[in-house]
Amino acid sequence: MTEPPRPLLEAVDLARYYRVARGWFQGWGTVKALDGVSFQLYSHQTLAVVGESGCGKSTLARLLTLIEPPSSGSLYLSGHDLARATARERRAIRRQVQIIFQNPFSSLNPRKKVGTILQEPLVINTRLSSREREDRVRTMMAKVGLRPEYANRYPHLFSGGQRQRIAIARALMLEPRVVVADEPVSALDVSIQAQVLNLLLDLQEEFGVSYIFISHDLSVVSHIADEVLVMYLGRPVEHGPQAAIFEQPLHPYTRALLAARPCLDPALRVRRAPLKGDLPSPLNPPSGCAFHTRCPLATAECVQSRPELRRVAGRRVACHYAEVGGG
Amino acid sequence: MPLLEVRQLKVEFGDVKAPFRAVDGLDLTVEEGEVVGIVGESGSGKSAATLAVMGLIDPPGRVDAERLHFAGRDLPSLSPKAHRQLLGKEMAMIFQDPMTSLNPCYTVGFQLEETLKAHTRSNRRQRRRRMLELLQQVGIPDPASRLAAFPHQLSGGMSQRVMIAMAIACHPRLLLADEPTTALDVTIQAQIMDLLRELQRQQGMALVLITHDLALVAENCARVVVMYAGQVAETGAVSAVFRAPRHPYTAALLNALPERGSGRSRLLTLEGIVPGQYDRPDGCLLSPRCVFATPECRVLEPHLRQIDGRQVRCHRPLDAAGNPTDD
Repeated sequence: MTEPPRPLLEAVDLARYYRVARGWFQGWGTVKALDGVSFQLYSHQTLAVVGESGCGKSTLARLLTLIEPPSSGSLYLSGHDLARATARERRAIRRQVQIIFQNPFSSLNPRKKVGTILQEPLVINTRLSSREREDRVRTMMAKVGLRPEYANRYPHLFSGGQRQRIAIARALMLEPRVVVADEPVSALDVSIQAQVLNLLLDLQEEFGVSYIFISHDLSVVSHIADEVLVMYLGRPVEHGPQAAIFEQPLHPYTRALLAARPCLDPALRVRRAPLKGDLPSPLNPPSGCAFHTRCPLATAECVQSRPELRRVAGRRVACHYAEVGGG
Repeated sequence: MPLLEVRQLKVEFGDVKAPFRAVDGLDLTVEEGEVVGIVGESGSGKSAATLAVMGLIDPPGRVDAERLHFAGRDLPSLSPKAHRQLLGKEMAMIFQDPMTSLNPCYTVGFQLEETLKAHTRSNRRQRRRRMLELLQQVGIPDPASRLAAFPHQLSGGMSQRVMIAMAIACHPRLLLADEPTTALDVTIQAQIMDLLRELQRQQGMALVLITHDLALVAENCARVVVMYAGQVAETGAVSAVFRAPRHPYTAALLNALPERGSGRSRLLTLEGIVPGQYDRPDGCLLSPRCVFATPECRVLEPHLRQIDGRQVRCHRPLDAAGNPTDD
């Protein structure tokens, strides 16, 4: 008997609340930016997190990369509890989880040469000599498809796609096991986007890293993800294998997202009534199911009680009517 | 007579002797009530062309055209006053980024009223009624309270709707929309596009949709203009162009879309970037990036030519199977 593989990264009921001022003399309010997110990520896998802006995707990225501590819940990396880690352990753990930011025009320091930017993680975290660091930088630049002799150039000399390659190289310098990619291709043109997606897949093949891929673009997600986590107002609404979710979405929000995506092929076009209205204010979320204000299936039950995530047809869905809504 | 007729539009920036041609001989006609899409990567001159049509390119930028007619009037020869009367009334524009296009110092109501004040004979009460009507039309809930709101109090989707309300305030005959939904979520994007299409149908407004999202064009436009490095690469009916692109550039853009890839296979990419001021190649501008380029392509610049109902700028246009043809 072999043991089932242990998850590389495991989140259990992760939550992050922010206290915000409501205005003069109106006291404080709590924004539940992230409220009860759990998942397991295995090595070599890609988990995509999708949702509208304001759904807590980026907060999740900040928690996973230890930029911010969670308000409650726990996070395990290869079985180690991150909440109980000492400062020294946390530093070691940070090396294992790296991040790629959305906009390569603002995430690279314009005053530093590319070589310096790429060496920085090594300077901070390792005791390599400067010769060794330079060697590593050159190898990594070649791997992400940049000419190693460009190490002496400044970021402004590079195009958007090349800059995103630099950002990817920087994230991979410490050979992390998990890379959190926060909308890595949404600032890029389609042609460049395809290059960067190919690169991410190639690097996963070569280094065996796992990706947490945060995106609002569903066609990109369907291409790259193994598992998909759909979030709405800080809570997961549907979580399961990519094929299941894209072929038969069960949560009305997932269906709305898929229907809203413009489609090239007229045969595949499903024109359902678009979602009405905006995301409700997270300061004052709706009662019961947070989605009931925009949901076509909502009933009195949805207004009163919040549906918990439950297993339906090979995935987890938070909807009272998951079985009904399939068609 | 077409509503908008543009012949050989050129927009140049920089030194007179060695200018940078942002737009290089663009031809565009838009009929009354038509929806035309303009697509291309960043740097292909989409935005510069529309700004030139609106007369919004300031010196030192230079605009030159053989013909620039709107509804029978020659735009360059109009007096500044006559031009001002036209803009915002008969031809209007929606700018790309709603967050930076609205003036943060004035309320939504003030900015909306400005348009009405400039172009209509009306008193305050009539203007207020029209403003409420407009905000309602673009789907802003509780319009009366929104009039007193400042732009920072609105979400991205709301600000974009305010921009649209401003653009359609005087029933324009031509609306130029420069990436109207790029900054927005898919669900909001679907709402905005539905709104624009409805206005176009109801009021017989012509709509020029500038975007880099091919699927958006496929869903909403009848005719498409594919631009590359300031020139038209291919133009024709959307269904025909997207089903069987004749220009290698159009084909490459379509192939780079994740929805064209199967599973997690590599996407077909278009290497390199749009040429800038200093790296404009001889011959066909696409030749350094084109997989089908021949020695002829690198020397001789192709002209737009008519091939079964569309125009293609290529020496060896592709056949229905996507292979280059010699003729």
